[in-house]
Amino acid sequence: MGIRKTTRMAKNSSPSATAGRKANRRHPLATVALIVIGLVSTGGAYALFSSTASADTPAAVSGAASAAQGEKLFAANCATCHGMNAQGTSVGPSLYGVGAASVSFQVGTGRMPLAQQGPQAEQKPAQFTDAQVADLAAWVASLAPGPGIPDSKYLQGNGNSATGAELFRVNCAMCHNVAGAGGALTEGKFAPALTGVTAAHIYEAMVTGPQNMPVFNDANLTPSQKSDIITYLKYLDTNPSPGGIDLGNLGPVSEGLFIWIFGLGAVVGVTIWIAAKAN
Amino acid sequence: MSTAVPTTRGSRFTGAAANYIDERTSISGLVKELGRKIFPDHWSFMLGEVALYSFVTILLSGTFLTFFFQPSMATVTYEGSYIPLKGIDMSAAYQSALDISFDIRGGLLFRQIHHWAALLFIAAIGLHMVRIYFTGAFRKPREINWVIGFVLFILALAEGFTGYSLPDDLLSGNGLRIIDGLIKGLPIVGTWISYLLFGGEFPGNDIVARLFSLHILLLPAILVAALGVHLLLMVINKHTQFAGPGRTNENVVGVPILPVFAAKAGGFFFVVFGIIVLIAAFFTINPIWVYGPYDPSPVSAGTQPDWYIGFADGALRLMPPGLEFVWLNHTWSFNIIIPVVVLGLFIVTVAIYPFVEAWITGDKREHHIAERPRNAPTRTAIGAAGVTFYCVLWAAAGSDLISTHFMLTIEGVTHTLQALVFVGPFVAYHLAKRIALGLQKKDREIALHGFESGRIVRLPGGEYVEIHEQLSEYERWRLVSFVDYKPLMLRPDSRGRISFAQRMRAGLSRWFFEDRISPISRTQIEESDHH
Ligand code: HEC
Ligand code: HEC
Repeated sequence: MGIRKTTRMAKNSSPSATAGRKANRRHPLATVALIVIGLVSTGGAYALFSSTASADTPAAVSGAASAAQGEKLFAANCATCHGMNAQGTSVGPSLYGVGAASVSFQVGTGRMPLAQQGPQAEQKPAQFTDAQVADLAAWVASLAPGPGIPDSKYLQGNGNSATGAELFRVNCAMCHNVAGAGGALTEGKFAPALTGVTAAHIYEAMVTGPQNMPVFNDANLTPSQKSDIITYLKYLDTNPSPGGIDLGNLGPVSEGLFIWIFGLGAVVGVTIWIAAKAN
Repeated sequence: MSTAVPTTRGSRFTGAAANYIDERTSISGLVKELGRKIFPDHWSFMLGEVALYSFVTILLSGTFLTFFFQPSMATVTYEGSYIPLKGIDMSAAYQSALDISFDIRGGLLFRQIHHWAALLFIAAIGLHMVRIYFTGAFRKPREINWVIGFVLFILALAEGFTGYSLPDDLLSGNGLRIIDGLIKGLPIVGTWISYLLFGGEFPGNDIVARLFSLHILLLPAILVAALGVHLLLMVINKHTQFAGPGRTNENVVGVPILPVFAAKAGGFFFVVFGIIVLIAAFFTINPIWVYGPYDPSPVSAGTQPDWYIGFADGALRLMPPGLEFVWLNHTWSFNIIIPVVVLGLFIVTVAIYPFVEAWITGDKREHHIAERPRNAPTRTAIGAAGVTFYCVLWAAAGSDLISTHFMLTIEGVTHTLQALVFVGPFVAYHLAKRIALGLQKKDREIALHGFESGRIVRLPGGEYVEIHEQLSEYERWRLVSFVDYKPLMLRPDSRGRISFAQRMRAGLSRWFFEDRISPISRTQIEESDHH
């Protein structure tokens, strides 16, 4: 009986499914399928690449990024949404002029390739090696000029953290919270917490303004001011709160919850114990 | 036996000293009176004590802080040891708060003790009030003390808010800005009050010094005085107790203050103090160094007041937009007027509740037995509705964090809470009432027929019955001894008329008492005993 049921269901479902597929040739479902294929192939490529890379001299890998290599990776992983020439499609914007910085940020933080449509592109574990990211960035940058990969001298965290803190409070805290703990924006979007973000990604986020974040170009914030901000964020990362455990740096809400649950909880526990002893 | 104890020099000295003092102050009468005061021991009766001990902790740690804090808004340049603020201009107040945190030995611990103790203080007061409410301990003769306790609660909020604003950091400045907006939103008088309070346009140069005077002088003085009266009235009125064998409306069963209770209370002070210090030692509170000095332009995401002001912030957040308009050359900010009026009514209702209930019930008796919440279903239901209302507003103050942490949209969270403000109290009211009545019914069952023992016995005739275990007299006492109320009857007055007030009162009384489970009478108990 169970068998008959399943066969009937399969029969019923197959025509409608094919009809659906036919009707929407360029439906996102097709895109998803393509992405899956792309991911599987890059996964294979990655395995190959990383094993050969370890055999190679490291200098060769970190050497000049290859735009040609990037073009291939792009065609396999990104073209479904962004178009073969990165000219943009109905499901992904054009990448002309976004620059190497944008690609490095989006792919390096795992936001791209986009997994699913949501309020905003979520961070995922990065799917490409640094070298592959550099290749992709090189190719996109070769299409049109845009913000480049930041100079490493701004990423050392040796700027002025006090200036950085002040700039951060004025420019970033309204979205990211003063302690960089993140905050809510409208319609389910949010500014993420900034703990543990690499210096390069912080810099790139500022110059490219991903999604709902504004762009801070060099006229708004000079490169050395950006370096100060990075210095401050790194200071917060490496120096635990002098007051002890920071409860997520979420401010009075977490403090209030803590005192009700653990403070008053502990005290009430003791009162119950004392009263029980007395009886 | 006591004569066998040799009088040592020490005891002779104590005796002499005690005598010296007594001859000049007649204090022995007071000590004897106080020492014999009886304190019943149920854990929930100790919440007020928790508040008291947190307050003592606050006074002690706060005194330390005043040694180093400078309530001045003069601009200085920070040269202390916190690197990410070096060379930044700030107010002297903020600088001294940073110095307390980083450059004065033990300062940070004291700051954290002071702030955590304040949070615990108000939380304990809140829970203490809830306990008083749900056990009906505010009834005659304790109505006045309820009001005094309420005043203490408001003073504690004021203390908390003034203290939160003193360090003049970004977060507290944002908090003051909200208060400023709230005041300015009041029609006609708002702007005047704001200018008066801040000594000119916000933020001005005076507010920290003014709040400081209030925080360390005026408010604590009133608080201590009111606290004294509160405790005195508690001694005079005696403590309530839960019903139990030997516990009547005329006595209090428990331990006398001296020596047992005093020793216990002394120990309990150190327990509360210890818990606060432990928390303060391990958990950051109000990291002002991260917030930075106050500056009117930046506002941080996740700016919230301390938890006890949260309900007010939440009320503001839940107001829908578009309620502001210009009329008669004035801006009418109903988005501010409505929450101020609603919260004002809520707070006043809390303050005068004992009188309202006494009027409705027409009850003029003294009550010294704490009522179990189930035995006053309507009061319990009203309380549940009030608590729910408060909690929804409170949750709304954290709407942004709720949405980021549970991956929801902020609009969704806000709309849900907006609906809950109205629906929540209704649901809570009916649920609490049903549960209370259900529990009463169960008590009645148990008192009459005992509880199910789980033992099934087969009778000689083949029939199976479950053995019901009867309660002991003592246990039953707890279940059956409560005052029963009936709705007031409408009776015409001497001139044969029924006034409107009386009608209203009868209506309210019906609402209060129409759903009730009548208590068990003596005959019913005796009957059930014969089974
Ligand atoms: C599933 C479709 C999809 C795939 C696959 C995809 N992207 Fe995107 N990409 C988007 C969308 C949609 C946006 C716009 C995001 C937004 O702003 O909300 C975007 C934005 C970007 C941006 C930022 C553009 C700007 O304005 O700064 C870059 C750079 C980018 N993608 C690069 C890539 C790269 C490189 C790949 C391949 C590794 C890739 N994307 C794969 C959909 C996709
Ligand atoms: C209008 C609000 C807004 C402001 C102002 C803003 N950001 Fe952002 N920021 C965002 C949002 C939204 C994202 C998430 C973008 C995404 O997921 O693609 C983001 C992402 C980032 C990230 C990436 C975080 C990660 O986990 O990968 C960094 C770094 C960052 N911002 C730094 C800054 C700095 C530094 C400033 C100030 C100079 C700033 N932001 C100002 C909204 C803002």
